[in-house]
Amino acid sequence: MLTVPIETQILIAGILFLLGLIGLLVRRNMIYMLMSIEIMFNSAGMVFIIAGTHWKQPDGQVMFIFILAVTAVEVAIGLALLLQVYHHFKTLDADSVNKLKD
Amino acid sequence: MTTIIALIPAIPLIGFLILALFGRKMTRKTIGYIGAGSVGVVAILSLIAGIGFIKSLPQVKSYSVVLWDWINVGNLKADISFSLDALSLVFCFVITFVGFLIHAYSLKFMDRDEGFSRFFAYMNLFVGSMLILVLAGNILLLYLGWESVGLCSYLLIGFWYKEPANDYAARKAFIITRIGDTAMIIGIFILFLNFGTLNINELMHKASLKWGTGSSIAVLTAALLLGGALGKSAQLPLQTWLPDAMAGPSPVSALIHAATMVTAGVYLIARTHVLFSLAPIVQSAIAIIGALTLLIAGFSALAQHDLKRILAYSTISQIGYMFLALGVGAWSAAVFHFMIHAFFKALLFLGAGVVIIVLNEEHDIFRMGGLRKKLPVVFMTFLIGSASLSALPLVTAGFYSKDQILWYAFSSREGSTVLWIAGIMGAFLTAIYSFRMIFITFYGESKTQPSFQPGKLMTIPLIILAILSVAGGFIELPESIGNIHLFSDLVDNTLPAVVIKKTGLSEILLQSFSAIIALAGIYLAYLIYYKKPALSESFNHSKLNKFFEKGWGFDRLYDILFVKPAVWLSEIDKDDIFDWMNIGISKLALFSNRLLSVTQNGKLRWYLMSVSIGIALILSYMILK
Amino acid sequence: MNIFYYIAAAVAMISTIMAISGRNAIHSLLYLILSLLAVSVIFYLLNAPFIAALEVIIYAGAIMVLFIFVTMMLNIGIERKMEKKWLNPRMWIVPSILAAILLIDFIIALKNVKASPSTDQAILPKQVGISLFSTYLLAVEIAGILLMAGVIGAYHLGSQKKKVTHRYLVKK
Repeated sequence: MLTVPIETQILIAGILFLLGLIGLLVRRNMIYMLMSIEIMFNSAGMVFIIAGTHWKQPDGQVMFIFILAVTAVEVAIGLALLLQVYHHFKTLDADSVNKLKD
Repeated sequence: MTTIIALIPAIPLIGFLILALFGRKMTRKTIGYIGAGSVGVVAILSLIAGIGFIKSLPQVKSYSVVLWDWINVGNLKADISFSLDALSLVFCFVITFVGFLIHAYSLKFMDRDEGFSRFFAYMNLFVGSMLILVLAGNILLLYLGWESVGLCSYLLIGFWYKEPANDYAARKAFIITRIGDTAMIIGIFILFLNFGTLNINELMHKASLKWGTGSSIAVLTAALLLGGALGKSAQLPLQTWLPDAMAGPSPVSALIHAATMVTAGVYLIARTHVLFSLAPIVQSAIAIIGALTLLIAGFSALAQHDLKRILAYSTISQIGYMFLALGVGAWSAAVFHFMIHAFFKALLFLGAGVVIIVLNEEHDIFRMGGLRKKLPVVFMTFLIGSASLSALPLVTAGFYSKDQILWYAFSSREGSTVLWIAGIMGAFLTAIYSFRMIFITFYGESKTQPSFQPGKLMTIPLIILAILSVAGGFIELPESIGNIHLFSDLVDNTLPAVVIKKTGLSEILLQSFSAIIALAGIYLAYLIYYKKPALSESFNHSKLNKFFEKGWGFDRLYDILFVKPAVWLSEIDKDDIFDWMNIGISKLALFSNRLLSVTQNGKLRWYLMSVSIGIALILSYMILK
Repeated sequence: MNIFYYIAAAVAMISTIMAISGRNAIHSLLYLILSLLAVSVIFYLLNAPFIAALEVIIYAGAIMVLFIFVTMMLNIGIERKMEKKWLNPRMWIVPSILAAILLIDFIIALKNVKASPSTDQAILPKQVGISLFSTYLLAVEIAGILLMAGVIGAYHLGSQKKKVTHRYLVKK
C-alpha cells in the first residue's frame, strides 16, 4: 500500500522533467539533446501512470503505451537525421547548423 | 414622350458601360455596332421627340420628366430631372446627328488602333454626358454633365497616352477649364443660397422677380457663370487649351472641340439668359469678349501651318461670333450659328482627318499640296465646308447664319457699330485663312503622296455634312431674300426675340457689304497664296507672323504669371512635415525589421531558450493571478 | 512500502543529473538507463506492473540501445576535447534559474490538489489490453501507421548517397 501523497509523486515527475529541460538547454552535443528529450517524455508518461493509478482506470497506462510508441518513432527518425547532419557537417555541434537565418 | 426624353441620355451611357466592362472581349464589329449604334438610336429618338415637340406647339412649350431623387438633405433638394424645350431640342439634334456621323466615320478612322473599344467607350460617355448637360432641368445635373464632358475631353485628348505631349495637352485642357468650372460652381452656390432651389426654370423665374436689373449680386452671379462658359468655350482669357487639344484623334476634335463641348458655354448662357438680362454689364462684356476673341483667333489662324491648329483657331473665332450674338441679345441667331457651325466645322475636321491619315500623319500644310486631283471627294466637301465657314454669299448656310449675327450686332438694342466692324473684320480674316488653307493644301504641286483612298465609311459622312452646310441655311432666310423664319420661330418659344433699334441703314445694305467683304477675302487669299506666293513668303518669316502663330503670346504670359510661380512654390516645399512623416514611417519599418531579425539567428539553442523563458513567464503569470 | 518509493525516486534523480552533466556520451547513456530502471521500479510500486515491464523492455531495452548504437557508430571519442570546451559551469546558471522558477510554479500549482492515492487495487494487463482494443482501437491503428511511417522515414533518412564532386571542385 503506497501512501505517498500524490503531490509528491507529481513533484518528482516534474523534477525529472525539469532536469531534462536543463539538459536540453545546456548541452551543445546533439546526442545529449535527444537524450534530454527522452527524459522529458519519460517523466510526462510517469504523470499519466500516476493519474491512472489515482483514478483506478487503465486509461493512464494506455496513454503511456501510446507515448512510448511515439517516442520510439521520434528517436528513430531523430537519430537518422542526426546521422545525416553528422555526415554533412562533420560535427555534432548544435550551433553549427545555423544556416536557416535572416 | 417623357420616356423618350429619359432614354435619350441613357442609351449612350449604357453603351459606355457595356463597352467599358466588356469591350476587350468583343469583336470590332460588335464594338462598332454598340458604339455607333447607340448614338444612331439616340439620333432617331431625338428626331421622334422633335417631331412630337413641334406638333404640340404652341400649347406645350416644354416637357419635363423627373426620374428620381438624387440628393435630399435638409433643404438641399436635387433630383434627376430632364426637360426638353426648343433650345435643348436643337442642341440634342445637333449632338446626336453630327455625333452619329462622326461615330460612323471613326469606325474606319480608328480601325487599326488598338484602343478601339476604349475610344468608343469614351465617345459614348461623352455623348451621354453632353446630352445630360443639355437636357438637365436641374442646375446641379447640368454641372454634372459639364464636369463629365470635361473629363471625357481629357480622356480623349490624351487618347494616345503613350506620347507625353498628348498627356500634357490633356492636362492643360482640363486644368484651364477647371478654372472656369470653379467660377461656375461658386455661381451655382450663390444661386442656391439666394433661392433655395436648384431647378433651372424656378431659379430663372425667382431671379427675375427678386433681383433688380443691374444689381450687384446679379452681376456677380452672371459674371461667375460667364467664367464657366469662357473656360469651356475657349474664349478670352481661357482660350489657350484648344489649339493644343488637337493632339487627340480627328474625330475627337470634330465632335468635342468643334461641334459640341465647346458650345456648352453658349448653351449655358442661353439657358440662363434671364440672369444676363438682369446684368447688362456682363452681357456687354460677353459681346466685347466675343469680338476680341474672334479677332485674335482670326489673326492667329492666319499664321498657323498645322492643318488642325488652323481649324482650332477657327473654332475659337466662330464661337466668338456666337458669344457676340449672345452679348447683343440675339439669342436665336447664336443658336442658329451654333448649328450651322457644327455642320461645317465637323465636316472640316473630318476632312482634315482624312487628309492627315492618308498622308501618313502629315500635319504641316506646307508639306501637302495637289490633293485636288488625288482626293476629289475630300476636296469637294472641304471646299464646301470652307466656303460655308467664309460665309460665301447666298449659296452656303454659313452666310445666312453669320450674316444674321452681323446684322443684329449692328441693329440690336445692345449692339453697336464697333461690334459690327469687329465682326466684319473677322469675316474678312476668316475668308482669308480658310482659303489659304484650301489653296496651300489642295492646290499646287503635291509634296506628299496619299497612301490610300478613303473608303465609303469616311466619305459618306463628309458628303452628308456638306449637304447640310449648304442646305441648313435655307430654314432661316432673312427678310430681304426669302423671309423664312422656321428656325427662329422654333427657338423663340424658349428664348426671347431680339429687340431691334431703329437705324438708318437697312439690312440689304449691310448684307451686301458683308458679301463683298467675304468675296474680297477669298480673292486676296487667291492672290497671295496661289497666284503670287512670293507675296506671302516675306510675311511668313516676319516677327508679326511668329507672334500670331504663338497665339498672341498668351501661353508665354500664363507660363510666366502662373506656371512658374506654382512650380517654384512646390519646389521649395519639397521637405515639409508631411514628407517627413511618410519617410519616417518607412524608416521606422526598416529599423524594426533590423531589430527583430536579430532574433532569427538560426541557432537552435537560442530558440529553445526563448521558448523556455516564454513558458516560465506565462506560467508564473498564470500562477500568480 | 513508501521507503522503496523514495529510494527509487532518489536514484532516478541522481542518475539523471549524472546523465546530463557527464562528459562521456556512453557513460551518460548508461546513467540514463539506470534512471529508467528506477522509474520502472516506481511504476511497479504504483501498481502498474505491465507498464513497468514495458518501460524496461521498450524504453531501456530498445530506445536506449538505439542511442548507444548510434553513439558508437559515430565514434564520439573524438568529441571529448570539444566537450571540455563546450561545457563550462557558467552555462548552467541561466537554465537552472529557469528550472527553479518553473519548479516554484509547479509547487504552488500542486498545493491546490487535495487528494490521497489509494493503491489497493492493481490494474492488470488484462484490463489494459481490453481497454486498448475496445475503447482505443482507432488510436492503436494510428499508432501502428505512425510506426510504419517511422520505419520508412528512418530507412530513407539513414541512407547516404555518396556525393561525387567533380575533380576540379574538390578542395585540396
